[in-house]
Amino acid sequence: MFAKRTDLPLDRDALSRYLPWLIAFMVYMAVLALAGLLVLAAMARYWDADVSGTMTVQIPPTGSAADDDKRVRAAVILLLGEPAIVHAEAITEGRLMALLEPWLGTAEVSADLPLPRLVDVEVEPGADLDMAGLARRLDAAVPGATLDDHRIWLDRLVRLVRSVEALAALVLALMCSATVGTVVFTTRTGLAIHHDVIEVLHLIGAHDGYIARQFAQRALTLGLRGGLIGLALAVPTLLGIGSLARHMEAGIMPNLTLTLTHWLAIVSLPLLAAAIAMLTARLTVTRTLARMP
Amino acid sequence: MTNDADDCVIQFENVSLRYGLGPEVLQDVSFALKSASFHFLVGPSGAGKSSLLRLMYLALKPSRGLVTLFGRDIATTPRRQLPALRRRVGVVFQDFRLLPHLSAFDNVALPLRVAGAREDEVRRHVVELLSWVGLKDHLDARPPTLSGGQQQRVAIARAVIVRPTLLLADEPTGNIDDKMAMRLMHLFEELNKLGTAIVIATHNENLVGRLVHSCLRLDGGRLEVDETARGPAPALAANLRQSSGNAA
Repeated sequence: MFAKRTDLPLDRDALSRYLPWLIAFMVYMAVLALAGLLVLAAMARYWDADVSGTMTVQIPPTGSAADDDKRVRAAVILLLGEPAIVHAEAITEGRLMALLEPWLGTAEVSADLPLPRLVDVEVEPGADLDMAGLARRLDAAVPGATLDDHRIWLDRLVRLVRSVEALAALVLALMCSATVGTVVFTTRTGLAIHHDVIEVLHLIGAHDGYIARQFAQRALTLGLRGGLIGLALAVPTLLGIGSLARHMEAGIMPNLTLTLTHWLAIVSLPLLAAAIAMLTARLTVTRTLARMP
Repeated sequence: MTNDADDCVIQFENVSLRYGLGPEVLQDVSFALKSASFHFLVGPSGAGKSSLLRLMYLALKPSRGLVTLFGRDIATTPRRQLPALRRRVGVVFQDFRLLPHLSAFDNVALPLRVAGAREDEVRRHVVELLSWVGLKDHLDARPPTLSGGQQQRVAIARAVIVRPTLLLADEPTGNIDDKMAMRLMHLFEELNKLGTAIVIATHNENLVGRLVHSCLRLDGGRLEVDETARGPAPALAANLRQSSGNAA
């Protein structure tokens, strides 16, 4: 692809054979880290947008279905009276059972378990709602009723996701550093191996850039080759993980499929690795040659 | 009126060289070579001939003293401008220093390509020169497959391909028979007539005796002009006197 006449026999170095595989491994790890980063960021955004505008009112059971219905109606009327609340709807027993089914199974549990009644509340986005005041009025109208704005567990969840996200970003940064380190080592070794040839080129008037370009082109080719190998290995892994995630039965989990933008970012990783390799090689060579007379 | 100093391709003023903390291998060397001059650099083994040449083709920096190449003080010339000066200097290394992975053609083509010449020009010049040195049938041969004499001719062709302003040759006839040696010396003389200043370091007293050119004699790291040499030695002496005068 980048076949060009070169004065340096760089393609004969033993290190040239290993560099693509080292870069392939790093790109493989980087693709997984980046995919994780992108999915987690999407997940955090989904939860933040989908859950943060909602609240749940929990009304403890009294033992009498008629009383419970009355208490639920009173709570709904109170809630709908709030200007910031755009929607309040009691969750039916059937829907409650459906929500609990993944954990409790399909057995008849409602008869044995004193399940609370729930009211799903939707708050107008950006509205200034006095949560403490509403909770007090609710408790006065329906004794024992509690208001849950999901903030506590949502904050914990988002914090966890952000931590894992930071970890993925760190892995990505480490992979970039490792690529730079590997290319610096390989290039320096190449400079040492080909010192005599480089000196001849230098003495017949070759600019540092002329010599550095040959190393940079070689690093670009090897980086691209390694990057594509890494990508080719990482894509089936991602598809496998995606397939496993689709089979998970968890209502809270958003759709974990990578979008087109995500795929474009992932596909750009081999190009990024090749560019890093090329620039690193060029800088390493020019800095080394600058020490020559 | 032309200033003689402007006509110098290279000038050394009180130049000394030592490797690391070792003794000085060259001591207070002063000389000035005019363009289109021809000199032999002679002296016993270990006298410092190769070190002097290395200073002249800018492979080394002097420990002290002033080196001026094509009117530029090397110590103050920015590093990025040195390649342009080096391209005007052709060098025949004692050990040839051919690139073993490249063909004879590509080795000779190297200075032209480094200078950015067009490939059709490269081909024309290289084929012509390799034919002239009797290697037309070895264009694609790699140096390790060539004899010592053939390698030497490739090295000489590489040094002269850009028609340098200054040609430095370290024992250029060491591995070839007398007939080819004289043929190559005539090539150097032809180049010299075209305006190239030439310095040939050699042990071959026979060669020095057969050609009418001045001598730079190195002994124990000190340079002296061989006043008995034939040819334009007085001009060299005049330059030396002028260099000393300028330095003072």
